[in-house]
Amino acid sequence: MRIILNGAPVEGAPTVADLVEHHLGRREPAGVAVALNDAVVPRGEWGTQPLRDGDVVEVVTAVQGG
Amino acid sequence: MSLTIAGQDLASPLFLGTGGLPHLSLLEPVLEAAGPGLVTVSVRRTSAVQPGGLLDAIARAGVPVLPNTAGCMSAREAVLTARLAREALGTSWVKLEVIGDETSLMPDAVELLEAAEILVADGFVVLPYTTDDPVLARRLEDVGCAAVMPLGAPIGSGLGVLNPHAIEAVVASVSVPVVLDAGVGTASDAAYAMELGCSAVLAATAVTRADDPVAMARALRLGVDAGLIARGAGRIPRRATARASSPTAGMIR
Repeated sequence: MRIILNGAPVEGAPTVADLVEHHLGRREPAGVAVALNDAVVPRGEWGTQPLRDGDVVEVVTAVQGG
Repeated sequence: MSLTIAGQDLASPLFLGTGGLPHLSLLEPVLEAAGPGLVTVSVRRTSAVQPGGLLDAIARAGVPVLPNTAGCMSAREAVLTARLAREALGTSWVKLEVIGDETSLMPDAVELLEAAEILVADGFVVLPYTTDDPVLARRLEDVGCAAVMPLGAPIGSGLGVLNPHAIEAVVASVSVPVVLDAGVGTASDAAYAMELGCSAVLAATAVTRADDPVAMARALRLGVDAGLIARGAGRIPRRATARASSPTAGMIR
């Protein structure tokens, strides 16, 4: 399964929680949000939200900004 | 000196952006010197770098965080960014920016109004970065924005308030707080905005790219307070001719 993570193709993962853990090294990092195909996935649903081939995932956090 | 937006009391009419600081270690002394009512952050894709430090520093300062949608060029992008910010940061407040091009960084009025309407309906407290157009400001208030944030001059320009009459017209046209956003270069710009009737001033690069960000943070804090007090004091009318302040009677001739 291949997905698009933050604009780049990567190997997929069974759920959003698995992907976040693989990407950031922690399963529930603070200050992070996830969108799947342009819709926010609430943190409480990361563990049960499956990923499918071709999904587009954004993982974001706060950075310095005006 | 406090103000209230959407029913929430804010500790100061100076809001601070965090973009442009050379080192994150400067953030805490800057926040201490500025004592801001809100502090803005952006939302970006994570990299391998762990998130953390920034939000921890803001939390230690006890300042409410205001995520922005900086860089978004469509209502669709801005709405998704705001929803991600709400999820990541646990706040429904958003500084809504929808820019029309990357050269001028001017707001795209059509996309801005559409995004504002969607986000208000979704329960957000929306503070839109807008032009100094009183008609657009009123339209933004009409769709439920909690404040309007007209630009004094282009983002990052430090040119101050280029059209004070337009800012006064925005203040007169809406009943929600007006926050001067963009253009502030130094303390006198912030004071001037408050003298024109703004309820608050948002400054970012004026502080973060100053030679001494901590000193400039303190200067802006004092400038905003001075401008607010001066506004309340009622300035003298401008005259085209002189008017003596010393008695004219009893002169030695």
